[in-house]
Amino acid sequence: MITLQQAIFAYLAIAILGLSAAAVNLRNPVHSVLLVLLMFFHMAGMYLTLNAEFLAAVQIIVYAGAILVLYLFVVFLVDLNLELRIERFVRNHATGTVITIGVLTVLTAAAISFVPAPPGHWSIEMIREITHTRAIGAEIFSNYLLPFEITGVILLIAVVGAMVIARKDKNEKREVTRS
Amino acid sequence: MIPVTWYLILAACLFSIGVYGFLTRRNIILMLLSIELMLNAVNLNLVSMSHYIQGLRGQVLTFFIIAVAAAEAAIGLGILIGLYRNHKTLHADKMTILKG
Repeated sequence: MITLQQAIFAYLAIAILGLSAAAVNLRNPVHSVLLVLLMFFHMAGMYLTLNAEFLAAVQIIVYAGAILVLYLFVVFLVDLNLELRIERFVRNHATGTVITIGVLTVLTAAAISFVPAPPGHWSIEMIREITHTRAIGAEIFSNYLLPFEITGVILLIAVVGAMVIARKDKNEKREVTRS
Repeated sequence: MIPVTWYLILAACLFSIGVYGFLTRRNIILMLLSIELMLNAVNLNLVSMSHYIQGLRGQVLTFFIIAVAAAEAAIGLGILIGLYRNHKTLHADKMTILKG
């Protein structure tokens, strides 16, 4: 007998795996990015089944709203007419397949032999009582305050670094013609 | 109640798809997108474990990972634009300068 919870999990799992498998196989990069966008929405649904509402919201805002839009802008660099005609995989992709199967075997073996630790003090009832956002905020701003500040510094460095790297050089107009 | 192993196996499959895409695609944008898939698999792992062992550590870590993933995407795509400006190609097997 399949419960509603299991049916939702099955739908989300099949959607996540199917969408991501299609995304790495499709020829058109724009289609790949859009499929990954859909996959992120399903991943947010998966977080909801795990009682992590705040992370589901962050997943949609940051991943779907910011990161994927950035990817879509960069995809416009690609010459789509050329991309649709040429080979999309590297020449020795048999090696990649073998490595992938190895990784999958090791990870599945590790997942099956997983033994949960003794439970901590954040039970589901307690999180429901004070809401998930408040619980995670209390945790971040007490025990994880220093990592939170460091994350802010990392984001600042990323912003400055991305601007410095992607900026056009004004004083040298060089044409690098390495084949 | 869904056993935690199901979530872990789903995350393992998603991670493997990311590894496959990273190792086999020629287009560097698709390679970066595969890295995002792998990061999502790790996030799913952390969230499911922290749900089942009734702690919040994994979810806090996921929050930080999402922030760092945004930084990584910005830097990676910036490098990609610089690379395209200098070499006019986005295919990983065309970049063979180190081969001489």
